[in-house]
Amino acid sequence: MTSAHPSAAPAPGAAAPRAGGRTRRRRPPRAWLGALPLLVFAGLCFGLPAGALLYGAFTRTDPASGATEVTGEHLHRSLQGPYLTSLTGSVELSALNAALATVLGVLIAQAVVTSRRGTLRGAVLTASGVLANFGGIPLAFAFVATLGISGVVTRLGHLDTLGWNLYSFTGLTVIYLYFLIPLMVLVVVPALDGLRPQWREAARNTGATTWQFWRHVGLPVLAPSLLGGFVLLFGSAFAAHATAAALVGGSVPLVTLKIADALSGNVLVGQENVALALSLDMIVIAGLVMAVYLPLQRRSSRWLH
Amino acid sequence: MRRLRPRPRIRATGRTVAALAVGATALTALTACGAAPEEKAEPGAKGVKSSEATSAADFGGLDKLVAAAEKEGELNVIALPPDWANYGELIKAFQAKYKVKIKSENPDAASADEIAAVKSRKGQKRAPDVLDLGIAFARSGAAENLFAPYKVTAWDKIPAGQKDADGRWFNDYGGYVSIGCDAARIKTCPETFADLLKPEYKGKVALNGNPTKSGSAFGGVYAASLANKGSFGDIQPGIDFFGKLKKSGNFIPVESTPATVEKGETPISIDWDYLNAGYADQFKGKGVDWKVSVPSDGVYAQFYSQAVNKEAPHPAAARLWMEYLYSAEGQNLWLKGYARPVLLPAMTEDGTADKTFVTKLPKVSGTPSFPASDELDKANATLAENWDKAVS
Repeated sequence: MTSAHPSAAPAPGAAAPRAGGRTRRRRPPRAWLGALPLLVFAGLCFGLPAGALLYGAFTRTDPASGATEVTGEHLHRSLQGPYLTSLTGSVELSALNAALATVLGVLIAQAVVTSRRGTLRGAVLTASGVLANFGGIPLAFAFVATLGISGVVTRLGHLDTLGWNLYSFTGLTVIYLYFLIPLMVLVVVPALDGLRPQWREAARNTGATTWQFWRHVGLPVLAPSLLGGFVLLFGSAFAAHATAAALVGGSVPLVTLKIADALSGNVLVGQENVALALSLDMIVIAGLVMAVYLPLQRRSSRWLH
Repeated sequence: MRRLRPRPRIRATGRTVAALAVGATALTALTACGAAPEEKAEPGAKGVKSSEATSAADFGGLDKLVAAAEKEGELNVIALPPDWANYGELIKAFQAKYKVKIKSENPDAASADEIAAVKSRKGQKRAPDVLDLGIAFARSGAAENLFAPYKVTAWDKIPAGQKDADGRWFNDYGGYVSIGCDAARIKTCPETFADLLKPEYKGKVALNGNPTKSGSAFGGVYAASLANKGSFGDIQPGIDFFGKLKKSGNFIPVESTPATVEKGETPISIDWDYLNAGYADQFKGKGVDWKVSVPSDGVYAQFYSQAVNKEAPHPAAARLWMEYLYSAEGQNLWLKGYARPVLLPAMTEDGTADKTFVTKLPKVSGTPSFPASDELDKANATLAENWDKAVS
């Protein structure tokens, strides 16, 4: 691009004339055109489905007459009985896993960052990249083969006598941590790299203990990334479906499994709208998590300035 | 229809399963690719359009139907796994016999997915022509007016309780709930539901999925209910039975698949007899000695149903497929896959049933009875409400 025009974006329509006499700092009025592809993409791939979801969650179509009416019954149903249990079950599982993976992930990442060996760092980061994307049925079956009832490790270590059962809340937690911890490592390593050794030296020279350094310098600086990581992990665990479906059927109630049952099964008929209402519940929960996270993040990033 | 292998998870995007599903539907609707060409009204012998023909006679006989189907040259099928009830061979044989190319979409789809595909692709040439549905979906789809009425040549031989009076759906093949068991790993194989409670089966008993989703698992709970003083109208004793199994540690919630069977993770699997019998063949010589028995205390049979999409893009080919499935040849191919075709009683009488396959079927005594629509609905509702509580 050699054109020095500030607004060289190819405008499909006639653009608004440039308003003169404005303050310099104001963005040129056509800057938003640059974001147009993103807006269109988001509208198509997110807005449209979200709209369809909202519509389906609040309407009922009579199969015989084809008449559609607005109703709150799907939402009401989705917050009752087994559906409510599945929502709380999902939130519990996701929050617990995200918290555990955040702590463990940071410890591992810190060990990697402070190690003097470049090879270790490369190996751990590469492995994390692979494992963080390892999911679904292959992951479930890998665990069945190693830690299932007739799994190799189970039999070698006689884990069943210790009460180990892969097909339970605990088992699912172990599997989720298997991909959540590497994800946390990937997210938090750059932030840990940003902790300059000079800060630690400065703290030492002024007589701070290790604990004081972390309490007053390290953690406050890291807080935004840790919070962000936690939210990402929560979302990952919350939306996970295939692994759980293959392993625990209905014995650990999870909302994604319930949605799948209602949306694409051979047994329940006419529950599609309840599935949409459940998805809406998930969006609301994700929204609440963000509502807590954003102000906290803003507060914690203030410490950096 | 049945065996559900959930799609791989799409992670780190935070999108839910549902949003994806709805999104796909919405996008399909938006980019209505390939609208179906307007059907040229080619009246048959009686001046009936293919899409309105309700029998082969409307075309002026089977040969005319074949000609019309071959002119279309294509057939869209959905949710037909090749290793399920011998569908792989059926599809091959049909293509060899007629000049009609079969496009098989999403073999592992469930009945709900089939109905969704019919609704969301109305008027497109990618819509499924024919459907193989769980009974509840066949009935609800007929009520929603999604199917074209059609009566195959063998219509009168289909027992009255196994077809819709107007021909909008008709049962095709079925099986009994059976207990499959790996005799290489289990000393004495269980033969009844009562046997399953024995402590020697700790951590060994599985279902093929979650009964609120998988048809065969649902059948398993229904059969367990019949074995425990329940009835078609009352599935609760079956739910309680599995609750008891879970507490004793005998029941494991993992979904039994060919992989878990081969590995020995699910040495006892409750499943349709045609699937279990298929495993026995599949794993011969692989260290798995798979024995199948239909439990005498809980005999439950269930059929799937065929239906023709009312808006089928290939209406003649769809009807020809039905004629083929309900010919002696098609029925025997199902039979070869250990499924019991709906015409089996009639074919046993007139001697067209292939005896080698009949003798290979797992033994059952008595004639099956089927739950009524309202009993099924009630059982579904009870299961959805109480299953999680019982097994968690």
